[in-house]
Amino acid sequence: MNETSAATPGLAEETEAAAGTVQSTDDTVGEIYVDDPRMTCRNVDVYYGEKQAIFDVSLDIGKNQVISMIGPSGCGKSTFLRCLNRMNDTIDGCRVTGQIKMDEQDIYDGGLDVVPLRASVGMVFQKPNPFPKSIYDNIAYGPKIHGLSDNKEHLDSIVETSLQRAGLWEEAKDRLDQPGTGLSGGQQQRLCIARAIAVSPEVILMDEPCSALDPIATAKIEELIDELRERFTIAIVTHSMQQAARVSQRTAYFHLGKLIEVGETDQIFTSPRHKLTEDYITGRFG
Amino acid sequence: MHTSTLIILLLGLMSLAYYFGRKRSLSLVGGKVRDLHSLPSYYGMQTAMWCGIPALILLALWLSFEESVVTGMVVESLPQEIQELPPERLDLVLNDVRNLSQGDIVSSTVDQTMQQAADHYTSLMGISHMALFVVALSVAILAGLWAQRTITREQRARNRVEKAINFFLLSSSTLAIFTTVGIVLSVLFESVRFFQQIPVTEFLFGLEWSPQTAIRPDQVGSSGVFGSVPLFAGTMLITLIAMIVAVPIGLMSAIYMAEYASKHFRTLAKPVLEVLAGIPTVVYGFFAALTVAPFFRDLGTDIGLTVSSESALAAGVVMGIMIIPFVSSLSDDVINAVPQAMRDGSYGLGATRSETIRNVIIPAALPGIVGGVLLAVSRAIGETMIVVMAAGLSANLTANPLEAVTTVTVQIVTLLVGDQEFDSAKTLAAFALALVLFVITLALNMIALHIVRKYREQYE
Amino acid sequence: MNNQQQQHQKTMDRVQQGLDRRYRQERHFRWLGMGAIILGLVFVSFLFITIISNGYTAFQQTYVKLDVFYDPEMIAPVGETNPQVLSKADYGGLIKASMRDMFPEVTNRREKKVLYGLISSGASYEIRDAVMNNPELIGTKGEVWVVADDDFDMLIKGHIDLRLPESDRRIKDNQLAWIHDLQEQDRVEKRFNTTFFTAGDSREPELSGIKGAAYGSFFTLLICLVLAFPIGVAAAVYLEEFAPKNRWTDIIEVNINNLAAVPSIVFGLLGLAVFINFFGLPRSVPLVGGLVLALMTLPTIIIASRAALKSVPPSIREAALGVGASPMQTITHHVLPLALPGMLTGTIIGMAQALGETAPLLMIGMVAFIVDVPGSVMDPSAVLPVQIYLWADSPERAFVERTSAAIMILLAFLISMNLLAVWLRKKFERRW
Repeated sequence: MNETSAATPGLAEETEAAAGTVQSTDDTVGEIYVDDPRMTCRNVDVYYGEKQAIFDVSLDIGKNQVISMIGPSGCGKSTFLRCLNRMNDTIDGCRVTGQIKMDEQDIYDGGLDVVPLRASVGMVFQKPNPFPKSIYDNIAYGPKIHGLSDNKEHLDSIVETSLQRAGLWEEAKDRLDQPGTGLSGGQQQRLCIARAIAVSPEVILMDEPCSALDPIATAKIEELIDELRERFTIAIVTHSMQQAARVSQRTAYFHLGKLIEVGETDQIFTSPRHKLTEDYITGRFG
Repeated sequence: MHTSTLIILLLGLMSLAYYFGRKRSLSLVGGKVRDLHSLPSYYGMQTAMWCGIPALILLALWLSFEESVVTGMVVESLPQEIQELPPERLDLVLNDVRNLSQGDIVSSTVDQTMQQAADHYTSLMGISHMALFVVALSVAILAGLWAQRTITREQRARNRVEKAINFFLLSSSTLAIFTTVGIVLSVLFESVRFFQQIPVTEFLFGLEWSPQTAIRPDQVGSSGVFGSVPLFAGTMLITLIAMIVAVPIGLMSAIYMAEYASKHFRTLAKPVLEVLAGIPTVVYGFFAALTVAPFFRDLGTDIGLTVSSESALAAGVVMGIMIIPFVSSLSDDVINAVPQAMRDGSYGLGATRSETIRNVIIPAALPGIVGGVLLAVSRAIGETMIVVMAAGLSANLTANPLEAVTTVTVQIVTLLVGDQEFDSAKTLAAFALALVLFVITLALNMIALHIVRKYREQYE
Repeated sequence: MNNQQQQHQKTMDRVQQGLDRRYRQERHFRWLGMGAIILGLVFVSFLFITIISNGYTAFQQTYVKLDVFYDPEMIAPVGETNPQVLSKADYGGLIKASMRDMFPEVTNRREKKVLYGLISSGASYEIRDAVMNNPELIGTKGEVWVVADDDFDMLIKGHIDLRLPESDRRIKDNQLAWIHDLQEQDRVEKRFNTTFFTAGDSREPELSGIKGAAYGSFFTLLICLVLAFPIGVAAAVYLEEFAPKNRWTDIIEVNINNLAAVPSIVFGLLGLAVFINFFGLPRSVPLVGGLVLALMTLPTIIIASRAALKSVPPSIREAALGVGASPMQTITHHVLPLALPGMLTGTIIGMAQALGETAPLLMIGMVAFIVDVPGSVMDPSAVLPVQIYLWADSPERAFVERTSAAIMILLAFLISMNLLAVWLRKKFERRW
């Protein structure tokens, strides 16, 4: 079963509504549903203490697809991303309501365990954050804590595969015992990606993974994201519209905590239907 | 009383000088402040400084030399046979003279010459005080007047005042250096004299410590042996026990506070733990001697062990309790310095809190924690009151925590408290011990502070 | 099902398998942390309970009612009542006579001595003062409440274990009987112990008080504050605002940090060698104590003051410099007022440390036994923590409660100082 081309056919028909740009509406413009969703979010609100950060967001995340989330800073795109593997739990006073389902299981259900959830929804952060350990131990950390390897050889092979998939094997294979913090920024970020895929998650969340990197390193990561799509579902938050256009199949535009518009990446960038989306991608603000 | 009156008078004069200096500067320009180089208050301050500072310097010098000059004059007036006494005896006599002139009890019977000397002393002191009064006040007035007369409108009063203040700031900051130099010199000087009597090797490697020296040469026994190994062994034993208590408890409570505790719990429990840090060591010493040591002794008797009532265990445990908040607050700092990104990285992989703490946070914070523990060790080594009150006096070379041991600080206190002849090896030994203590703690602090600093730079 | 999904399923199964064990570990770890904190809290409470339960009784003192005949024969045999004569009379004899009247059955010389021992030796001074204030008393009879001896006091407070054999007890059987008689006649009473707050040190527990030590502490801290605060602030201002960034300032900085960790006893030796042996200042006086403690607290104050200065944002300095203020004016007018609360907080904490410090003061002779309450910084005196140390070393049972009570007073001072510091910090805390 080849899923790379499974880009939601239903969405194409939606473009008929794009005849004139919609001026303003509280509802999200565009198709929030996909045929083969990995995760479904319905009416998600997020509060930091008294302050509401996300307003009634509903969105599907398609299997083996890259969905990018764009929007001006402070629009809530990162907050939304962190809801998907409950990373917001670590923030004091953060409250999430609504429904986020993964494989028919509500991840905010009281009975659900956050440990397996995060094992299946990995995350890569804005700044590369390798642990102060060797490259090998960085990758082996996840498999070790989850007890995924049977023996040393198995662990070695997990480390090797992960590094290969993250495109770091050639650069790192001779220095596996050196600290991960000794790598360059781009390498560190690929190390973090390798660390995330070492536990074979289904979804990888990436929170502006290239914002701290130079253009060459960024290009490498983008290439890597494209390759990873074959095996993983990826949700990426980015402040760069070009990047969103290059790596993603679907794009969601957030504004002041609301999901304004979602659709196929080509459509969003060529014929946005919402005024705010248009203003943003044409560079009028943001 | 005299001196404080004089100081108050000088302060009064200074405020007068400020007022007149300011007034003169204003009258020079007919009230037009613009025409002055500096604000009028600077002219006032400049005048006040001229008025006060020379007089205060004079006062300080006078007071530091008054005693010796007057004493010298009294000695000259004493009869020949007293003047020819050996220095120690002469000191005793002079002490009596001083006491007599203050109307206190004296050790020897008062005879005619003593009474005369005392009267002489009293009158000389009186004259000296009067002279000081007159001289200091006139210096203040003259210098103040001169400064006030020489004010001109172009005078750069602000720059001068600021220069003076700057000098004060600079010298204040160097006081720390002088303190260190003072410590090193005062300890080193006496230690050198000690090592002239006792070889360094015997002091550093000798296994026996018994500082009682014979007062008369014909006395038997107690010749004084100065091998410091048992003292350092005792110090290390107690420090080790203290660390065994303090490090796990301090570290675990810091971890709990930083990673688990709710904000509410933290604001309640943290100050209570910090209370432990604010309790004076003499209180811990009392606690150790009164409660903990008997408790361990009775416990030992119950299970058939002989525990000394001055056991190293009791002193060490109480010292450990004292150090808990120290370890905990230092660890709390370093744990909080570990970037949130590290935690996120680990949680994002599905690690539990304890896994994150054990596998990511502690390894990341380890240098800082090691630095903190080293500082705690240095503190335990230098801690005095707990061991003075709860540890023993006899120098046992043992590793058994149930026996009594003595420590370096205990010996320093015992050697220096009470009556002392200043040149005996016994007294000087205290300084030699202090020298080693200072060097050890200094080295520990340097290393620890260096590690902590490097650690902080890593995450900045 | 594709390969990837199988792989994932396998992973999830493994994760699920390990969960129980991992959560158990998590719980244990958490308990460990909680346990450490509880242990710390238990230590604090145990310490406080020990001190308070031992000490609260010291605020009361046992008094005995005597019927005293102010016998003119004994007080002023010649009939003269000038203070000179009155002050030298044998008032102890009056008390003895009164005791003899109460217990006529005691005739044995040794027993009589034990009987007189029930009353504190300080009682005769009370009667002397009463007579000197009111010479008319002479020749009259009156009831007087006098201070009981410390063993008597301990018995009344229940600190003497009566189950012990007589030979192991400080109070013997015959004394017990007398005390019982006195109690029967309502002649024994516990009252608030004013002596404890109005007297200096004494060899007799019932006559000892903390006033001398408290005054000594006050004078010592006064010197310490007067020296350490301005110098500490000045040093901090120089290092933070004026010092060029070079080797010299680096050395000063390392030095200050190291001084903060030098054992306090070493400062005592410095004081002994420099202030006493070199400058010839007297031993045991608050002036020298204050000097030593000032040197010791300087690093604390400098470090805290520097932190306070650092927290004032540079924009404030730039604003002041921008309108043409000199650097010195910028600091005195703008930076210092903003940094002052932080500096004061650091100073109070430094003073609290100094108040509790004992070891360096032992080195400069502040352990001498001093009865008088000091009147100036040049009078020999003890300080509170040294008084605690001295009393803790005394064998009498009654000194245990006095030590604990003195600790309570000292801790009360320390805690209020710390609370003041916390309050200051809370009140003036500013986020930029």
